[in-house]
Amino acid sequence: MNGFLNWIEQRIPMMRVANMHAIQYPAPVNMNFWYVFGFLATIVLVNQIITGIWLTMNFEPSAERAFFSVEYIMREIDFGWLIRYMHSTGASAFFIVVYMHMFRGMIYGSYQKPRELLWVFGMLIYLALMAEAFMGYVLPWGQMSYWGAQVIVSLFSAIPVIGPDLVIWIQGDYVISGATLNRFFALHVIALPLVIVILVFLHIIALHEVGSNNPDGIAIKHKKGSLAEEDKTKYKIHEYYTDKYDIADDVVPFFPHIVLKDLVAFSIFLAGFCYIMFFAPEMGGYFLEHPNFEIANPLKTPEHIFPVWYFTPFYAILKAVPDKLFGVLAMFGAIAALFALPWVDRGSVRSWRYRSGLHTWNLIIFAIVFIFLGYLGGTPQADWKIVASQILTVMYFGFFGLLWIYSKNENTKPVPERITK
Amino acid sequence: MKKLILAIALLLPSLAFAAGSKHPLDDADYDLTDKASLQNGARIFMNYCLGCHQQQYQRYSRTFADLDIPEEIGQEYLQFTGEKVTDYITSPMPAEASATWFGAPPPDLTLVARVRGADWIYTYLRTFYVDDSKTFGVNNLTFPNVGMPHVLQELQGTPRISYEDALIDGETVKRYVGIQSDGDGELSPDEYDKAILDLVNYLQYTGEPSRLASEKIGKGVLVFIFIFFIFAYLLKKDYWRGVKK
Repeated sequence: MNGFLNWIEQRIPMMRVANMHAIQYPAPVNMNFWYVFGFLATIVLVNQIITGIWLTMNFEPSAERAFFSVEYIMREIDFGWLIRYMHSTGASAFFIVVYMHMFRGMIYGSYQKPRELLWVFGMLIYLALMAEAFMGYVLPWGQMSYWGAQVIVSLFSAIPVIGPDLVIWIQGDYVISGATLNRFFALHVIALPLVIVILVFLHIIALHEVGSNNPDGIAIKHKKGSLAEEDKTKYKIHEYYTDKYDIADDVVPFFPHIVLKDLVAFSIFLAGFCYIMFFAPEMGGYFLEHPNFEIANPLKTPEHIFPVWYFTPFYAILKAVPDKLFGVLAMFGAIAALFALPWVDRGSVRSWRYRSGLHTWNLIIFAIVFIFLGYLGGTPQADWKIVASQILTVMYFGFFGLLWIYSKNENTKPVPERITK
Repeated sequence: MKKLILAIALLLPSLAFAAGSKHPLDDADYDLTDKASLQNGARIFMNYCLGCHQQQYQRYSRTFADLDIPEEIGQEYLQFTGEKVTDYITSPMPAEASATWFGAPPPDLTLVARVRGADWIYTYLRTFYVDDSKTFGVNNLTFPNVGMPHVLQELQGTPRISYEDALIDGETVKRYVGIQSDGDGELSPDEYDKAILDLVNYLQYTGEPSRLASEKIGKGVLVFIFIFFIFAYLLKKDYWRGVKK
């Protein structure tokens, strides 16, 4: 057996990679519950890919057959309903864990130097994920698939000069049609998943280059020669890290310690996931919208058109601005602002544990604003909601403005040298 | 603070779908495990609904199997158009002609319970009332000006809406009291409600034939995950025993 492994190892660095990125990868010992969502996102990604492959085996991407083939999967394929619900529940679960993952990055300053690119790769994953989810939602060709696509694609018509032509180019037709469905299928099953997988790979490579952040927001890698022998970790850490740094006694190996922790989190997550999937796959109309059980009908506009819940905060921002072009700009600006976060925050203290009370409140209010925008974007329009969404849109961007102002000379608390607990 | 966020998150679902139909919906207390009810619902569907509405995503054979109806019995009493038992439940009515007759083609009803909800159907089919100003002589409280005749009238009898004069803020207004049958139908009001509930039950079943199987498997899966959790937790605890915190 050892001989065989050696034979492999001489030809492809299997154990070296496993050691470097898992068995001898130094992970901060104080990673808390907020640190499980990256692992969970990876699991959900794998779930989406595997169930997606099986769905593709019976899905027919045409305007005439798409809706029918989904019901065929639901009724006549063995456990087709299970595969489909795993995929549809997985889509929403993906955004839940990704939003938690992103908020974790915000509260512990994981986007700050030297992790700017790590954050940008993460944001690119988020962007690709939104495109992936949007196109996936069009595929069952229900009423919301059709009219949601109508609303989103028509946004591009707001772009000056090229807008209208761009819309036709995207649709592949003068209206949303079978041609649109076909190309969205191609993008959904191969182009975007490929992009996402590559970006996830880069995200992890970038993470392992700079090292994991932690709730204290302080480094576990110290300058070579700066730590006394008894302050160094007792675990075997890969030379890739120890050659350049002294690793403090604040780490555990990623495998098995962190993986086992993630496994506990995973079983809790899985319980929630399975509960929804087996007992309430529609999740009250949030994960699968009720009108989407009716086949797309270009002649019948639904009473209300909502995107799925994970897009509603941005949809609310879009609707808050009376002008279409500026609405679209505000919506994309809301995402662009997140991209710029590493440079908007001019502070050097990472974790909210050691930053000002103002920063803590800014973060909490931002989270509430985001959730409230989601509510406004996902419910029928009303007069007070227009005003509310305008105020909240200003507050959304206000988070970044305020952060930029106060982070320069922030009244921070003293940061400990070593991880506290 | 965490509690506040949690409270907001939990409140959202109830707020989001509070708006909607004007007529209050009655609670449809259907039971997917009640085979007799499902069979009666299927009988009503095939006899009264299938003339216009189809269930083109569902096969007769699947329905018969899930509802414990022997195929021979099903073919004899529930299939009227000479189709094979493995055929989809389709209506012989041509779609274009029906669009002219009713203003729109009658919608497919396989998934209607997932689009409208059981409560809506249950209320809708019990809120037809005589209105001579309409083409079909009836109107509906839940779906005003609906382009559908009251096909279940021979079961319910002639439904008449009644109002009472009420004094509200010094003005006499007509207040809706209820809908009462003339009693010329085959069923008593209670029997009619029960028949509609059976039909709703059946439609709920066709909307998602896998529901019962899903819940059965789901319970087993959750038990497994719980056991898995215990082992994962103990294993994690064991490995972390020596780690200083």
